[in-house]
Amino acid sequence: MPREASRGLPRHRSRYPAERYTRWMLRALTALLVLATLWLVMAFHLRGQWMFALLFLVLGASLAIVFGKRELMSHRYIYPALAGMGVFVIFPLVYTIGISFSNYSSSNLLSEERVRVQFLDQTYQAEGQAFDFQLIREGKRTRLYLEAEVAGEVRRLVSRPLALAVDGQPLTVEPARAIPPGEVLGIREVIARRDTLEALALVTPAGTELQLAGLRSFAPILPRFAENPDGSLTDLRDGTTLTPNHETGFFVTEDGERLTPGWPVAVGLDNYTKIFTDPDIRGPFLQIFVWTFVFAGLTVVFTLAVGFFLATLLQWDQLRGKAIYRTLLILPYAVPAFISILIFKGMFNQNYGEINLILENLFGISPDWFTDPAMARTMLLIVNTWLGYPYMLLLCMGLIQSIPRDLFEASAVDGGGPLTNMVRITLPLILKPLTPLLIAAFAFNFNNFVLITLLTGGSPDILGASTPAGTTDLLVSYTYRIAFQDAGQNFGLAAAIATLIFLLVVGLSVLNLRLSKVSV
Amino acid sequence: MAMVQPRSIRTRKLGAHLALLGFVAMVVFPLLLVISISFREGNFATGSLIPERFSLEHWALAFGIPWERPDGTVVQPPFPVLLWLWNSIKVAVVSSLMILALSTTSAYAFARMRFAGKAPILKGMLIFQMFPAVLSLVALYALFDRLGQLVPWLGINTHGALILASLGAVALHIWTIKGYFESIDGSLEEAAMVDGASTWQAFRHILLPLSVPILMVVFILAFIMSIMEYPMASVLLLDEDKLTLAVGAQQYLAEHNQRWGDFAAAAVLSGLPITLVFLLCQRWIVGGLTSGGVKG
Repeated sequence: MPREASRGLPRHRSRYPAERYTRWMLRALTALLVLATLWLVMAFHLRGQWMFALLFLVLGASLAIVFGKRELMSHRYIYPALAGMGVFVIFPLVYTIGISFSNYSSSNLLSEERVRVQFLDQTYQAEGQAFDFQLIREGKRTRLYLEAEVAGEVRRLVSRPLALAVDGQPLTVEPARAIPPGEVLGIREVIARRDTLEALALVTPAGTELQLAGLRSFAPILPRFAENPDGSLTDLRDGTTLTPNHETGFFVTEDGERLTPGWPVAVGLDNYTKIFTDPDIRGPFLQIFVWTFVFAGLTVVFTLAVGFFLATLLQWDQLRGKAIYRTLLILPYAVPAFISILIFKGMFNQNYGEINLILENLFGISPDWFTDPAMARTMLLIVNTWLGYPYMLLLCMGLIQSIPRDLFEASAVDGGGPLTNMVRITLPLILKPLTPLLIAAFAFNFNNFVLITLLTGGSPDILGASTPAGTTDLLVSYTYRIAFQDAGQNFGLAAAIATLIFLLVVGLSVLNLRLSKVSV
Repeated sequence: MAMVQPRSIRTRKLGAHLALLGFVAMVVFPLLLVISISFREGNFATGSLIPERFSLEHWALAFGIPWERPDGTVVQPPFPVLLWLWNSIKVAVVSSLMILALSTTSAYAFARMRFAGKAPILKGMLIFQMFPAVLSLVALYALFDRLGQLVPWLGINTHGALILASLGAVALHIWTIKGYFESIDGSLEEAAMVDGASTWQAFRHILLPLSVPILMVVFILAFIMSIMEYPMASVLLLDEDKLTLAVGAQQYLAEHNQRWGDFAAAAVLSGLPITLVFLLCQRWIVGGLTSGGVKG
């Protein structure tokens, strides 16, 4: 093979300058990309995000190897596509499976160090060391006078004029001997200036910050927690200790109470056992699981039935106007799905939708398409059949064309009608090549997220579920809602369900490859 | 073709026409209805297919032009539809070009070269392609969230992230192009290589010019897929002026504020070009989509 030969040639300096430049450009580009990924590796490593550091390390290393070694010439052609799949399909897959063994969620989101920093940043107002204050007006200036008795000794402080306070910057207060001259403002005027006073921060000569605490006093702001050498935190307000619990990923008080936020920790198979044992999750999960299979199965059956029926009609030689029929009949395939689904959402509307208007006029009924579970499911199947049959139509037309014509001739000689032809000749002959495509269609509808999200959003809801679950939800939309819609944002649980779906999809696609006998 | 003619052919033909017309009516009714609604006055107007009270209000709003009603009130466009359409097209063009580049080069290697791990890589790609992106959204979100802290134009709420994320879906396209390459005789490239061309030159100057039709098909397929992509865009894009059409359009029919008339005009405006592109290219697209099945 000549293409093999070029690989074995010794490396030589090309005679053509243009080619030499191209080679150097390629080398420079490779080096640049490798450097860029290495920079990402370092940056992620420094932030402690080792999963991402590892991803880009693998990416950079494989890039350097594939484009550095001359023996891997052929792999250079497939490398970009493989890298794309690796980063955006396989890595997310592995990452998702990883998350499914953790309690990653909106309450356990940040790393332990970040959570610790958040706790250490917390402050509290020490009410016991509060200063009583008075507003004193002297001419146009208004000042604060603070007074507190500490250990039998009276401390007096006077602030600079309030008008000098700049937004966000603390106002300094200085020691005073006695109450400064001027008019002491009453409580009514204090209330009138409450907003100004609340925004105010005072700094004593010792550097303590004071803030308004009630209508009569200012109190110092102190850090609430102090870190101990063993990793626990001491609550300076009441002297209790918070110990980090690495099993649950929370700081725990002495009474065993968890404090949020927590950090993600490995929880083993907890998410999986929850799916199968927690009745509030298992019930909705099983219901959605069954509905997903029913939905995907019925969709394939209905779309195939309609598509096959129309295909046999359109294959009829003596029928005129087939081209026009064909174009009109594949229209649902040509209109973007997100638009036609929304069109149906409007048409099925219970109050002003055209479908209920027609049904009302003809039969005097107006079904609750969006609030009654059975009707909502029926609507989904109707809409999905409308959306999906053109694909089946096109497949069937292609396959019917490949059936030898003399079979139909023979059938006609033997007196077979169109129904016999359809059931005895066409269907058996196209079913076998169609099977892998039907499995693919099943897998697609099994995961038909867009239809559910845009049409019903999963509603009406299943009663008594602890996670957001709807009677029309498919497993994918259920997973999406657990991860992104619920207030709890339980990524761990969502990832566990996603992993289960992955397993199902692997099964389907292996079966598909077997049946279609893909030869590589 | 001389088929043996059964009796009562005329009634059967009539029946077939009636059945087909019935289906066509069901298919076309929603589409005509939306066109009709886009010209009706008000957002909840009902009536016959030909509007009784004709109004261009929804169309003006869809084009982003404020509309003055007869009573003097001025209605502002609710959503930037044209901007969404532009975002969609921008993302789709860039990502389709990148997908095309990635899948063409790999398809060439798979069709013409022998190398270690070819069969398992190809099979593995086909299997991994079956996983819906919806399931790994949490991971993709985390990836772009972290990446965005280092490289701002690849973070959450950027089109860069959406374009990059679409690069995972290449296996199908590689398969299509590979099939086409295999149908082209390799002797031309071999002749070029005997004359001193490198592998890359043979690919670039001999095979690629011969494959323009399939490259067009794959580009259009990738373009349409990208325009219709919903799950990733719904998670990666946040701001109203960043949304693509697929994510933005649903806001017209939000739970408590349904703008049926405004939606109809926006849907026709944005859906029509895509539909026309599809219908014009349907012969090639259909061939590309169904080739795997018909061969098997």
